[in-house]
Amino acid sequence: MEQTVTAPDFASSPINQSLRPEDKLRFLREMLRIRHFEQAALKQYSAGKMGGFLHLYIGQESVAVGTVSLMGSHDHVITAYRDHGHALAVGMSMNECMAELFGKVTGCSKGKGGSMHFFAPDKNYWGGHGIVGGQTPLGLGLAYGLKYKGLKGAALCFMGDGAVNQGCFYESLNLASLWDLPVVYIIENNQYSMGTSLERSSAFRTCLAERAAGFAIDWDTCNGEDLYEVRAKAQVALDRAHGQSRPTVLEIETYRYYGHSVADAKHKIYRSEEEIERYKQDHDPIRLWKARLLTEGVLTEEKYEELDQASRTEANESVQFAEESPIPSDESITEDVYFEVDRQTTAGRTGRHFFN
Amino acid sequence: MALITYREALRHALAEEIQRDENVVILGEEVAEYDGAYKVTEGLWKKFGDKRVCDTPISEAAFIGMGIGASMLGLRPVMELMFWSFATVAWDQIVNNAGFVRYMSGGLINCPIVIRGPANGGTNVGATHSHTPENMLANIPGLKVVCPATAYDAKGLLKSAIRDNDPVMFMENTLLYGEKWEVPEEEYVIPLGVADLKREGTDVSLIAHGRAALTALKAAELLAAEHDISAEVLDLRSIRPLDEEAILRTVRKTHRAVLIEENKPFCGVDAQISSLLMEKAFDDLDAPVLRISAIDAPAIYSPKVEVKQLPRPTDVVAKVLSLF
Ligand SMILES: Cc1ncc(C[n+]2csc(CCOP(=O)(O)OP(=O)(O)O)c2C)c(N)n1
Ligand SMILES: [Mg+2]
Repeated sequence: MEQTVTAPDFASSPINQSLRPEDKLRFLREMLRIRHFEQAALKQYSAGKMGGFLHLYIGQESVAVGTVSLMGSHDHVITAYRDHGHALAVGMSMNECMAELFGKVTGCSKGKGGSMHFFAPDKNYWGGHGIVGGQTPLGLGLAYGLKYKGLKGAALCFMGDGAVNQGCFYESLNLASLWDLPVVYIIENNQYSMGTSLERSSAFRTCLAERAAGFAIDWDTCNGEDLYEVRAKAQVALDRAHGQSRPTVLEIETYRYYGHSVADAKHKIYRSEEEIERYKQDHDPIRLWKARLLTEGVLTEEKYEELDQASRTEANESVQFAEESPIPSDESITEDVYFEVDRQTTAGRTGRHFFN
Repeated sequence: MALITYREALRHALAEEIQRDENVVILGEEVAEYDGAYKVTEGLWKKFGDKRVCDTPISEAAFIGMGIGASMLGLRPVMELMFWSFATVAWDQIVNNAGFVRYMSGGLINCPIVIRGPANGGTNVGATHSHTPENMLANIPGLKVVCPATAYDAKGLLKSAIRDNDPVMFMENTLLYGEKWEVPEEEYVIPLGVADLKREGTDVSLIAHGRAALTALKAAELLAAEHDISAEVLDLRSIRPLDEEAILRTVRKTHRAVLIEENKPFCGVDAQISSLLMEKAFDDLDAPVLRISAIDAPAIYSPKVEVKQLPRPTDVVAKVLSLF
């Protein structure tokens, strides 16, 4: 399959040409919100306010914000456990997300899912999945459902560079191509799966996405630090899904600044301090977008400060909201297991469902 | 005797068996260069090199299946699952291949593999990461299942598991990795299928496995101190093979049994034990057999609530008191 040929100047691609200044500022604001939300979360995690794992998205913000910015009403999103960025990008509130991290009843999943399991089906956001690769058949299923219902939409299924080595991904690619399903697999290639570099985990010639060629699926690679490029290339995939009901594999180069999770204290052993610093200095998506907007005259330093401060404040307020929210009741442990039991339907009242 | 952690005990067992048998190889995600996600294999790659300790991609179905295939040829792979929860991805390999290859080949092929890793709730990692599949796997004739509760047991059982010629599912607990117990310097092995009486008593038998055995021990202390009840604690250690004699012995002595597990109740390990007691100790019992399991729902994330989902010593005490 031919690699998609796209104009190198991504600011001038039609989908970016049509942007108004306020759209561009909104993208900046959304990236800042993700970053400040997660920095606040990190602080609270370190203070012992949450349990489990906390996988930070910081450094990858342009991927979620850029792709989600293209979504129409029948486009859907599903991702893995590094899910806070996508959640905020689709419009979930900081409050419900922070409260979920705190395990509070006001959280998006009522404190039941935690960091790895955010959901908001009302915003076409289907999680938040803890098992590596487990969301890839689900993304296929969203696409199948869309096609079945005759809706013009696509499923954006995000995954890591390590997740490409799960078998179910390939079974999904085959089905997607065989049945012409409108799914876009977005590999967020941050170059590491936990402590394992891309080279140590995956066999490939030039990139991971080219594996799609074996399934007759169109694929492309993308420089994730540039929001314009992310939008331009994701739009090609969405057009293909909407117009031809065909899948795409889009591999987006990106980088995470923190460890795999906050518990990954050794992340400076498998990669160098200089490498991390280089990404922060030269490839930071927020920094680059800011510079771009300053050059375009869309942004001023004062406006930037204002947006930065506003998202910082919003994040701090979400911490307070989470702190003040109640924890789930003991009874709630066995709620939300069965629909029929929760609703006390005839089915839910027939036979025993719980065994303590 | 040295006081060492559960994690170190496992590591010592691995190191000793690597040195003892050139067919022993450790495979799994992050086991080598990263020293293990939970540091069980720390230092082993440095010491024994790429051939004996090897990192795999995140491809459980493939690498677990690969270990099973290699074991058919006489290797003794010790496969690490970062979490037993991820075994679901490799279920076919474990159940159909490791479990049944010997049977279906009429005994021509055997499968001396160990699959090990943590299998526990209680760490707020949500439902997908908190599975306790010992009952499900013990349901497969052909597989063996072991759940050590202490460093001493972990080491002795792991060495036996590696030397065993059948597939052994070895289930650890992240909450125990950092806990310390006395472990002898000299070599020892603990046979699979032998329970351990961890506390003697006369009034009631608390029967448990894995971390629940430690919960039972704490409950026994409370029962003695606050209620003048003498509880005996039997730690199963091995689920399949199961030490039925030890279970019957303790119940015939105390005439009361409370079964504790961190697993979910439906067809849990303790359901099997209840059935055993019904069949073979009915006349010895002065009270119905009672069970305490995890609250029957997927693991809740909320840290302050999840602690209540698993059996606590006070839950055991309350259950025991209901018998008197
Ligand atoms: C089936 C399965 N195996 C292993 C894990 C443990 N695990 C969680 S994330 C991860 C690394 C994944 O890396 P990648 O796909 O690159 O995503 P990233 O973390 O970089 O976003 C591993 C090994 C898991 N959650 N599920
Ligand atoms: Mg990665």
